[in-house]
Amino acid sequence: MKTADREFTTISGVPVEPVYAPGDFQNPAPGEFPYTRGIHRDMYRGKLWTMRQFSGFATPEETNLRYHYLLAQGQTGLSVAFDLPTLMGYDADHALSEGEVGKCGAPISSLEDMEILFRGIPLGDVSVSMTINSPASVLWAMYLAVAEQQNVPWARLSGTLQNDILKEYIAQKEYIYPPRASMRLVTDTIEFGALHTPKFNPVSISGYHIREAGSTAVQELAFTLRDGIEYVDWALERGLAIDDFAPRLSFFFNAHSDFFEEIAKYRAARKIWAHVMRERYGAQSERSLKLRFHAQTAGCSLTWQQPYNNVVRTALQAMAAVLGGAQSLHTNSLDEAYALPGEHAVTIALRTQQVLAYESGVTNVADPLGGSYFLEKLTLDSESAANDYIRRIDEMGGMIAAIEAGFPQTEIASASYRYQREIESGARTIVGVNRFQSAVFQSDAEPIELLHVDEAGGRRQTAKLAALRARRDNGNVQKTLDALRRAAEGTQNTMPLLLDAVRAYATLGEICDALRGVFGTYRETPHI
Amino acid sequence: MAKPGLDGHDRGAKVIARALRDAGMEVIYTGLRQTPEMIVNAALQEDVQVIGLSILSGAHNAIVPRVLELLREKEMTDVMVIVGGIVPDEDAAALKRLGVAAVFQPGASLDAIVTFIKGAVPA
Repeated sequence: MKTADREFTTISGVPVEPVYAPGDFQNPAPGEFPYTRGIHRDMYRGKLWTMRQFSGFATPEETNLRYHYLLAQGQTGLSVAFDLPTLMGYDADHALSEGEVGKCGAPISSLEDMEILFRGIPLGDVSVSMTINSPASVLWAMYLAVAEQQNVPWARLSGTLQNDILKEYIAQKEYIYPPRASMRLVTDTIEFGALHTPKFNPVSISGYHIREAGSTAVQELAFTLRDGIEYVDWALERGLAIDDFAPRLSFFFNAHSDFFEEIAKYRAARKIWAHVMRERYGAQSERSLKLRFHAQTAGCSLTWQQPYNNVVRTALQAMAAVLGGAQSLHTNSLDEAYALPGEHAVTIALRTQQVLAYESGVTNVADPLGGSYFLEKLTLDSESAANDYIRRIDEMGGMIAAIEAGFPQTEIASASYRYQREIESGARTIVGVNRFQSAVFQSDAEPIELLHVDEAGGRRQTAKLAALRARRDNGNVQKTLDALRRAAEGTQNTMPLLLDAVRAYATLGEICDALRGVFGTYRETPHI
Repeated sequence: MAKPGLDGHDRGAKVIARALRDAGMEVIYTGLRQTPEMIVNAALQEDVQVIGLSILSGAHNAIVPRVLELLREKEMTDVMVIVGGIVPDEDAAALKRLGVAAVFQPGASLDAIVTFIKGAVPA
């Protein structure tokens, strides 16, 4: 196809001109409202982003070893991946957990597992992020209980709980209870955090998963920020003052392949959120206005074919996140289309961040691409398109109403189908997959030492649970579960009751079952 | 098209379901968190010719043999089973030996899947 006939677009389908010229782009400096150019005046000169590799597999013991390894290799924060049974609020020995224990992350069924997970890790000194949603408050209670055991005051704890249930209904689908009950639990954590954990982010409002499900960059941006608005509304409804909790709302974006589109997305995110906080909510504290985010390079861009190409993809995506001003970053491993990261692969991923930080020079300047005609135009257009979506969802009655109507889910399904069709037709090239294939360099010709998780971990966890249930005070466990149930039925903040239950070594499954009894469970209407 | 086990990643299953519909097939998407029993029962009720299992969680070695076993128990062995997702080569080979007709790994084209089904199943 001749260049003249072809339409050039970003990966999300946004048309792109051959060249850009000076326009009317005036942005305040980094560190100045609305923070388009960054939330700090000196950005990475003052402090590098946190290098935080998402990690977890097989058993808490093996995961703990990987954490020690990664910290020794220079990562600067922890990020916990839990397995599917844990994510869905099931113990390792539940019937539905069979074959699933430890396959996607670490199995944590009780406080005992959490203690093992953080063995030798001083929670007062190491920031911990936990990717957990439906049972987030339970796992957070376990983490807080481990901090207690380490004699670390909660006020000193630094970290993040993902705890973004709205995006579960939209994209990741790890929901347990219905939306309103889930929002109550999230609001409980925001309220509890505002009082007790001033350095801990109780939510990480996420676009990553929305993008992984196949959305465009603008949809990722818009749905994430509108989810944020929903959490703010619920917290205000609870009676919290905006500046008491907004400074600790954090965000999580994808770092996808279209380089400039991603940087524009992050800049637009900061700008939109600052305006929302000031004009929609009247926030006064500067900390409420500054959007802080973690980024992860795009898992969905990794290929099975010629996996070493993934190192290049990850590096470019990481660079976009850094040029976009991320506060924290995870880089994917080259083998993740096959398995959870092997040790060698995750080391390369971490080194990618370190090369970026120490060798590339891009950290010397805040928003170094600011002033690029293309970037500034794309930033403005992204802001405008995202605001359109936010307005539409407002008109639908908010994000919960939009979810119930299937709106974000349908947008995502259409975008992902369109993208797949582009690949099928060859309109979009994926190197090594639909072009530049190589019969020689298939996975088995370039062996990578893949991580294998077998069923031994599951059996070990099951035995541990049996022993736990035998030695704990089951009368006390029952008492705490009854108290939790009563709180859940009422309007009391559930966090103190969850803390009592986890300290008594009630299991995750037992606690979630108690809540299932009160709230019921959610079944989605699939939208293809 | 079924999502067995706890895995909630449904992008692939939904895209393929739509592609199969566009290709003229009747497709029932079961939704998430289906047990092997639920899947086989739905297949029986809907009188399907093909069951597609989408699994990205690594639980395929526990789930797929169970589905095949249930199909045998219910004398539904004429129903073709195909699997898609994150399945290593050795596991794919083993699943095929157990009776799975095809395993589609990451990067498989919609075209290849449609062509395979059309070729294997009487219209």
